[in-house]
Amino acid sequence: MSVLVDEDTRVVVQGITGGEGKFHAEQMMEYGTNVVAGAVPGKGGQEVNGVPVYDTVSGAAREEDANAAVVFVPPAFAADALFEALDAPLDLVVAITEGIPTQDMSRVYRALEETDTHLVGPNCPGLITPGVAKLGILPGNIFSSGNVGLVSRSGTLTYQVVDNLTDRGLGQSTAIGIGGDPIIGTDFTDALELFENDSDTDAIVMCGEIGGEDEEEAAAYIDEHVDTPVVGFIAGRTAPPGKRMGHAGAIVSSSGTGTAQSKIDALEAAGVPVGDTPEEVTDHVDDLL
Amino acid sequence: MKLHEYQAKGVFADAGIPTPDSQLAETVDEAVTAAESIGYPVAIKAQVKVGGRGKAGGIKLVEDADEAREAADEILGMDLKGYDVDRVLVEEAVDFVNELYVGVTMDRGEGRPVAMVSTRGGVNIEEVAEEDPDAIAREHIDPSFGMHAYQARKVVYEAGVDRDIANDVASVLTTLYDLWEDRDGSDIEINPLMVTADDDVIAADAVMNIDDDALFRQPELAEMEEEAADDELEAKANDYGFDYVRLEGNVGIIGNGAGLVMTTLDLVDYYGGEPANFLDVGGGAKAERIANALDMVFSDENVDAVVFNIFGGITRGDEVANGINDALEAFDEIPKPVIVRLAGTKAEEGMEILNTDLVQVESTLEDAVQATVAAAEEVEQ
Repeated sequence: MSVLVDEDTRVVVQGITGGEGKFHAEQMMEYGTNVVAGAVPGKGGQEVNGVPVYDTVSGAAREEDANAAVVFVPPAFAADALFEALDAPLDLVVAITEGIPTQDMSRVYRALEETDTHLVGPNCPGLITPGVAKLGILPGNIFSSGNVGLVSRSGTLTYQVVDNLTDRGLGQSTAIGIGGDPIIGTDFTDALELFENDSDTDAIVMCGEIGGEDEEEAAAYIDEHVDTPVVGFIAGRTAPPGKRMGHAGAIVSSSGTGTAQSKIDALEAAGVPVGDTPEEVTDHVDDLL
Repeated sequence: MKLHEYQAKGVFADAGIPTPDSQLAETVDEAVTAAESIGYPVAIKAQVKVGGRGKAGGIKLVEDADEAREAADEILGMDLKGYDVDRVLVEEAVDFVNELYVGVTMDRGEGRPVAMVSTRGGVNIEEVAEEDPDAIAREHIDPSFGMHAYQARKVVYEAGVDRDIANDVASVLTTLYDLWEDRDGSDIEINPLMVTADDDVIAADAVMNIDDDALFRQPELAEMEEEAADDELEAKANDYGFDYVRLEGNVGIIGNGAGLVMTTLDLVDYYGGEPANFLDVGGGAKAERIANALDMVFSDENVDAVVFNIFGGITRGDEVANGINDALEAFDEIPKPVIVRLAGTKAEEGMEILNTDLVQVESTLEDAVQATVAAAEEVEQ
C-alpha cells in the first residue's frame, strides 16, 4: 500500500504541450506512471508522446477515465486550471506551478473546501510511490521502495533527505512534496493522517521550514493522533525576520512568529526528535525502525 | 514587496481615503519649502521601509523653519536601522484625540483574508496582539464574495469604535479591503487612523505590502518597486532573477531549492560559521547562470569563502560541473576559495569533471560546509 498514488492512478497532464509539461509527462511515463491524457485549451485532438490531448479536463476524465491531474500551467492561468481540475472532478490534483498569486490560491482553497479532492501543492515537486508511479518532477532514481513516509515543504531538501535514507537502505512508502507557498492544499496534518492510516508506513519524516504555523498544528496532531514514529527537520534557523527565503511561504514575520525555534520546540514537546542536520534525520529514523 | 509610506499614501488618497497634506523632499531646502507651503506644525518623516522609525529618530515634529531645517538636515543621510535615508515626507501634523488601527491581511492558516480593527492604534499592533488579543476585532472574509457591508460594520462595532465615527471607519475599512483585493495586497494597514476633535478620520501612516507573485498584473506598483530598491546587491539579484537575501556573515552560499539553501545556511551556523547570504540559483545548469551567481557572492566584500551546494534532480551534475568550470576559468585568479558539493543525478560524473585547480570538491553536504567554514576562518586571519 501507499498513500494518494498507486497502480490505479490515471493521470491527465494539464499544460502537456508546454516545454515543462511535455518533458515531465515523458519522465513520468518512463517511471511507470499511467499518463492517460493531456488537457490544453485549443489543443484537443493532438497527441504528445503518444498521449491524446483534450480541450478540457472533464473531457479527458470522461474519455480516458483519468482520476488525477498534474498541473504545469503558468502562474497567471494556474488558478483557472485548478478550478477546472476540481470541477472535473478528480480524486487528486498536483499543482507544480510556482508563483501563483496568493489571492488566487485563497479562492481555489475556498472551492477545494467543497470537494473531496486532495490537492497537493502548489509550488511543489509532486509525490512519488517508489517503484509504482510519480506525479510531478521528482527524480525517480534516488528513491527506493520501503516503509518510510516522507512529507516536506521543499523539493531539493526532500531529495537530500531521501538520498541519505536510500543510502542507508531505508526505502520510502510514499514521499509527498506539499509545497512552499503560504496557501497549500494538503498540509502536514493531512499527510500525517494519511501515513498513520497506511499499513505500509512504519515511520514518518516531516521536513518543515520557517513561516506559518502548520508545523505547530502538526505537532499537536501527532501528540493526539499519531502512533507511527515521526522524525522532524526544520529549515531556516538562521533566517532573518521579514525576509522571504525563496519560497513565498518561508518568512519569519517581522514580529517574530513562524520561527524555526517555535516549530522545533513544538515538535520536541510532542516527542518528535528533530535532526540538526539532514544526516541526523536518517540516524533518528534508523534508531526508530 | 513593500511600498514606501509616501507611495502607499498616494494609493490610499487616490482611492478616497483621507490623508494629511504632504510633500516628498530629497534635500533640506526642498523640505523647508514644503514645510512653509503646508504650514506648521509639520512632521518630517524618513522614508525607509522599516517599522519603528519614530523611536529610531526618523520622525520629528517641527514648529518653524529653523526647526524644519535642523530636523531635515539630521534625518536626510542618516543611517536608520541599516537603511540610508535619501528622502523625507513633510506632512501636516494632525491634531488628534484618538488613534485607531485598521488593517487587512491574509490568514494563511485559514486560507482567507481577515479584516482587523482596534481602538489601540498608534502603537506596535503586533505587541497589542500578543498582550491583549481581544483588543483587536477580527472578521474573516470569504474571498468568493468579498467583504459584505455588514462585515465592515460588525468588526468596527465589535472593536468598540465610538458610534459617532463608526460609519466613517467602516467606510475606510471597505475601501482598504477593495484596495487589498484590486492591488493584490498581502498586508495593508493604517496605523494610526487618527480621529480629530471634529470627528474626522485621517490616515496618518500607511503600510502596503504587495504579493510579489502578483506583480506581473500590477505594473504600476511594480514600477514603484524599481524606484525603491534599497540594497545594491539585492537590486543586482533582481536583475539576475535570483532569490537572494543578504546577511551579515562571511560564508557565501549558493545552492538550488529554497529548503536546501536554507538548510545550508543553518549548517554553516551549526558548524560555527556565519552565513553571508541566501542565494537560490534554481533549476538548470547554464554557465551564464552559474557565473552570475558567483558574481553575486564574489562582489559581496564580506564574503571570505563560498560553498556551492547543488542537488541535481532533473538538473544533471555533469552539466553543473561544466558550468562551474567555465565560469571560474574566466577569472585570471579565483577571488575567494570555492568549495563544491554535487549530489543526485550524474553527481559522480560531475565531481570527476570539476577542475580541482579552481575548486575544492567535497562529497557530502556536512563535509562541504565544514570545509568552507574552515576556509573562511583562514582567510579572515
